[in-house]
Amino acid sequence: MIADDSLIAARNLSLHFGSIPALVDVSVDLWPGEVLAVVGESGSGKTTLLNVLSGRMRPDEGVVWYRDPAGSLADVHTMPAPALRALHRSDWGFVQQDPRAALRMAVTAGGNVGERLMAQGARHYGNIRAEAIDWLRQVEIDENRVDDLPRNFSGGMLQRLQIARTLVTHPRLVFMDEPTGGLDVSVQARLLDLIRSLVARLNLAAVLVTHDLSVARLLAHRIVVMQRGVAVETGLTDQVLDDPQHPYTQLLVSSVLQA
Amino acid sequence: MNEILQGYNFAYLDEQTKRMLRRALLKAVAIPGHQIPFGSREMPLPYGWGTGGIQVTAAVLGPNDVLKVIDQGADDTTNAVSIRRFFAKTAGVATTTDTATATIIQTRHRIPEFPLSENQILVYQVPQPEPLSKLEPSRGETRRMHALAEYGSMHVRLYEDITRFGHVAISYDYPVMVGGRYLMAPSPIPAFDNPKLHMMPALQLFGAGREKRIYAIPPYTNVRSLDFDDHPFCAGRAPHPCGLCGSETSYLDEVVVDNKGGRLFVCSDTDYCETRRAAGHVGADA
Repeated sequence: MIADDSLIAARNLSLHFGSIPALVDVSVDLWPGEVLAVVGESGSGKTTLLNVLSGRMRPDEGVVWYRDPAGSLADVHTMPAPALRALHRSDWGFVQQDPRAALRMAVTAGGNVGERLMAQGARHYGNIRAEAIDWLRQVEIDENRVDDLPRNFSGGMLQRLQIARTLVTHPRLVFMDEPTGGLDVSVQARLLDLIRSLVARLNLAAVLVTHDLSVARLLAHRIVVMQRGVAVETGLTDQVLDDPQHPYTQLLVSSVLQA
Repeated sequence: MNEILQGYNFAYLDEQTKRMLRRALLKAVAIPGHQIPFGSREMPLPYGWGTGGIQVTAAVLGPNDVLKVIDQGADDTTNAVSIRRFFAKTAGVATTTDTATATIIQTRHRIPEFPLSENQILVYQVPQPEPLSKLEPSRGETRRMHALAEYGSMHVRLYEDITRFGHVAISYDYPVMVGGRYLMAPSPIPAFDNPKLHMMPALQLFGAGREKRIYAIPPYTNVRSLDFDDHPFCAGRAPHPCGLCGSETSYLDEVVVDNKGGRLFVCSDTDYCETRRAAGHVGADA
């Protein structure tokens, strides 16, 4: 049963790495403009779920439906490779934990942001550059850094650059894998603020993997709690975090230090 | 010199190898710009000296062909002389330095200045057949990019050049789109020669011996150099006339002539320069 307006509908996903269950019968829905947080301890299958949802990894069982802008459903794992790659280039974005793995470190900030535009066929240097500068501004990077190499950027700037590079093609859906991981707390706060405003302004849907409940609290509308590959609890963020039902969620919530 | 060596098959390679090469060549011509793998053989010259080109030449050479070999445009450099002599000995074919009378021209780094005709074949020696190699180290991934025609990242390289230098600073091996489909490395010919690839009446064959790839541009194929709408491709040329023949349009070599910084600019295509001088054109330094 799939709702008429859902963007992503995953049904009964299962995936084992040998004898290790990474996903056990997980079903997830995502609506346009919604941020869904996937939380859980490390090894609980969060990133695996993200990889399966985005078509990077194939599940043993189950299906992931994606509704394209025209409204028709496509199975992410049976669609032709060119179609999936085209999705990843345009409609979807992927923000990795380590920006150094996603960015071209030997290419200027402008080139990094412009790459997805050029991959989509943009062939006007001036326009590409103008758009890159515009996006650097939107992620609060000074526009005169446009010709600098990312290796001269700080960790927080790199992550913001990765976000600019991802959003430049106006994706409808962004997958984020621990976007604030490895950053110090003040930089994290600024980045979270930025992501929150961008998501709201651009009406982005996002699947956000994080182990940090405060990140989920701040950004997500809904939350999925995972434990050993099982989605033990799903619901509105405030509802799940304020009134956890499952023992594991209760443990998770109670283990966070109250500031 | 045209004494044929005994004990070798015609044009050195055995017939089965030539058949294998011709099959690869036929495939290459059928899919312009697409790299076809082939079983590259050990040749009696080192990799980088034209093992790919020499195998392609051996495969297409017939007893009635007239062979011309150029290296950096010149007929008289070691590489060119050696390969020309090699086929004179192993195939007994006629050789020439005259572009117009040659039926097969094996070349390294240049396309002759004189326009080629339909009954000529141009064979390129290619060191690196993969135009994406500098952007994507995985050969499996570049094959996938070719299959899906995902060439956007190539423009990142051009973007970077314009950003840093104000213009695209690729002066040789300038990437081209062949037939609107495949991205192709035109071998290290100067970007100056790129426009000649477009709609050339002659058949163009590319052989990369070490990398074991063959590709081709059939006659009259659309070949476009990559560029941006607001930074169109422009072929660079040293802003001098040829010192010997006075040509203002040919591609020039810069030759240091003394220890006081003296420079001489001469046509890199020696046959072109000599033909012009024989016709009475004289440059300032002649």
